[in-house]
Amino acid sequence: MTSIQLPDPILDRRQEIQRIAAASLDRRKIYSKIALSFCGVFLGVALVPLVAVLAYTIQRGLQAWSVDFFAHLPTPSGIPGGGIRNAIVGSLIIDGIAAAGAIPFGILAGMFLAESSGRFADGVRFAADVLSGVPSIIMAIFAYALLVKPLGHFSAIAASFAIGVLMLPIIMRASETAIRSVPSTLSEAGLALGARQATVARRVTIPTALPGLITGVLLALARGVGETAPLLFTAIGSQYFSSSPFKPIAALPLVVYQDGIQAYPDLQRTAWGTALFLILLVLLLSVGSRLGAAWLRREKR
Amino acid sequence: MTDPVTQKKQTEAATAVTALNVATEQALEPPPPNEPIMRLSGVAVAFKGRMAVRDVTLDFPEYQVTALIGPSGSGKTTLLRSLNRMHDLTRYAKISGKVMLDDVDIYARNMSPTLLRSRVGMVFQRPNPFPAMSIYENVISGLKFNGVRKKSLHDEAAESALIAADLWDSVRTRMKAGAGTLSGGEQQRLCIARALAVEPEVLLMDEPTSSLDPISTRHIEELLGELKTRVSIIIVTHNMQQAMRVSDHCAFLLMGEDKAGELIEASATTKMFHSPDDPRTLDYINGRFG
Repeated sequence: MTSIQLPDPILDRRQEIQRIAAASLDRRKIYSKIALSFCGVFLGVALVPLVAVLAYTIQRGLQAWSVDFFAHLPTPSGIPGGGIRNAIVGSLIIDGIAAAGAIPFGILAGMFLAESSGRFADGVRFAADVLSGVPSIIMAIFAYALLVKPLGHFSAIAASFAIGVLMLPIIMRASETAIRSVPSTLSEAGLALGARQATVARRVTIPTALPGLITGVLLALARGVGETAPLLFTAIGSQYFSSSPFKPIAALPLVVYQDGIQAYPDLQRTAWGTALFLILLVLLLSVGSRLGAAWLRREKR
Repeated sequence: MTDPVTQKKQTEAATAVTALNVATEQALEPPPPNEPIMRLSGVAVAFKGRMAVRDVTLDFPEYQVTALIGPSGSGKTTLLRSLNRMHDLTRYAKISGKVMLDDVDIYARNMSPTLLRSRVGMVFQRPNPFPAMSIYENVISGLKFNGVRKKSLHDEAAESALIAADLWDSVRTRMKAGAGTLSGGEQQRLCIARALAVEPEVLLMDEPTSSLDPISTRHIEELLGELKTRVSIIIVTHNMQQAMRVSDHCAFLLMGEDKAGELIEASATTKMFHSPDDPRTLDYINGRFG
């Protein structure tokens, strides 16, 4: 087998190791199988609630869906043909204003965090982390005290404020991560060509980080769309159509909350239909953010 | 008309050149290859149906260093990774042909990839010591993974492997330190020691010095000459000088027209670098492309 005689200790050791490895192979295979089946079982258990929630919502929600459901305004219980048009528009307005405020602040603050180090930046980063951990009901009561109480009435803009503040830290940290992941050699290459820092940020760093920025924004939107607690104290909900930011307004999560706890089956159906719509909306935002990021990355190759 | 002194000098110089040529030619006499430890016949690797390496038939001699050389994309690394079934880890790779280790087909149904890899070790491009383990734990990790629990065997193998990797003197007093405390070159030698501790028959090295500085590189190159007394070495390198310095045999691969790597020629290193059979090899070693 061997043409050269090896020093004995090495050859002996090789034989012993190979013998032990072969002898323990069955045992190791069994361990591996057991570990793997544990992973499988736990994965299965973890998937149960997820699948159950989705399946049940789809089953209940689809019963409510029709063209009228999306096109009509709500009707009192017992009168068929009611819809959630006002809530869809309301959510669009609330979350649109919230995003319009939170996106520029979040991205610019994220850029600041990515580009700077030091005590102040650390403080801001810590504050953002704390802010993202604050329960949304606290944001709600804050918005209530700041905007609802002084103005004397509930309004969409107060809801936008509460939701926007919730979205802010998410966008901030996601933007920071995205911008940090741009290799510093790229911005150095730009600077070495004689570009100013701001130019490099605009022409090199941001375009490179764009997929990450978009993902962060869309995930924050997905989070904001489903928030309910802040709306309870601010938008309050409405049976009527309103597109004014300064009046009480309907919103999708509020429909689920308010109609869902009613005793009337038709209102409950509306709640399930709205819940399904919300899930799809969030799913669309998540999938959209991934597809968008992947598409942006591919474009440049 | 040249003066006699110059003429004499020229004659002397000519004689010296002739003598040198004779000497070189003697040195060029390639060493006879040892018995092969691994033999490939018609090996091809495809990813997602796209051929990456095609039809390689090649022997790797035992207890010698064989270098796989060729430009980027010629399939050197792909070929190397097919020798210890690392492609098993990607679903998209499909391997055909036959890879023999000694007298067993490593892709045979009853061959365990785990046992195979304890016989065919690997060192990677970048040093990759396990960060959560100490130096000592790193070295004996392969033994533990293979079910070896005997402490005396751990110590014995660790010492032998660290000595072989020329790391013993610098780490013997700090075996419990984290592997991250070592320099890049030391980390790579730790990885070599880790691979050696299992006492493999073959050691695959995938551009093991490409992320190291010249001094660390030289250190590892010098090691290889001694390591081959205990393990057969197959090394991928894109550094021609390195191949010339460390290897006994060379295999030259090149990307074909359909982007699949092909074996152009294989021979003793001295022959490959002085009188290759294929003009493409000559072009490559002379730096005319790639």
